[in-house]
Amino acid sequence: MKRALASAFIVAVLIGLAGYAALFIAPDERTMHEIQRIFYFHLACWIAMFSAFSLVFIANIAYLATRQPQWDWLGVAGAEVGVVCCTGGLITGPLWAHPVWGIWWTWDARLTTTFILWLLYISYLLLRGLLEEPQRRAALSAVFGIFAFLDVPMVYMSNRLWRTQHPQPVILGGSGSGLDPTMGKVLLLCVVALLGVMILVLVDRYRLERLRHEFEELRQEVESRRVESQSTFREGRT
Amino acid sequence: MKNFDNLFAAWMAVWAVFFLYEIFVSSRLARLRKDLDRLKEQLRQK
Repeated sequence: MKRALASAFIVAVLIGLAGYAALFIAPDERTMHEIQRIFYFHLACWIAMFSAFSLVFIANIAYLATRQPQWDWLGVAGAEVGVVCCTGGLITGPLWAHPVWGIWWTWDARLTTTFILWLLYISYLLLRGLLEEPQRRAALSAVFGIFAFLDVPMVYMSNRLWRTQHPQPVILGGSGSGLDPTMGKVLLLCVVALLGVMILVLVDRYRLERLRHEFEELRQEVESRRVESQSTFREGRT
Repeated sequence: MKNFDNLFAAWMAVWAVFFLYEIFVSSRLARLRKDLDRLKEQLRQK
């Protein structure tokens, strides 16, 4: 409990520092001015999302290899948290695009592949809700999760391979790309803050899945004891 | 500050999404813990 409170406190401080740095310390961008500061939360959301979905991918492969339920719990926890990060990115994107591009949304390669990614992981979560039997649910969703992850490199590469309305990458984008050193440090702080939030939420979500499993096992035990006591009662009467 | 509304909305949206999700997960956790305790109590009685 103390450790959880301490980590929540550290993350809260990081969020405050990241907000202050993004709004007041980062230098003004030459063409977009203040609105460019959305970049610090926008990119941080995508980095958190890529981390969460990579974790889902690893957990899905590990589940199929070992059939340990813990990997399934990690998979579903990561997928839900990844969808939350993706939603954050999909909200901040249009809020940045509107004053700069004059439109909220366009179906270019980057935006479309990202939207598809969001839909794929929502389908992953919906699919789990449709399957009753735990082993079957875990196996099928692991296969679907691996398939969904194929879109992640497509999202990453989309504005490198095609001409898009979305700007070309500023980090790891080859010659001509790069960030001002202060901007880089502020971005790093925002990414650390958002990853901290993501990990806190992920731990809680994983705990929820573990408890669900425990609950299901206990429920079955209660049920079998009830059936057992009923049959003993019937035998006693005959 | 030009476009401050959008900047503020983006900032709020990111944390609101995470905050609401955390509330949702925490409430589900609390409910499940209560159900689990109830089941354990049932098992102890049998």
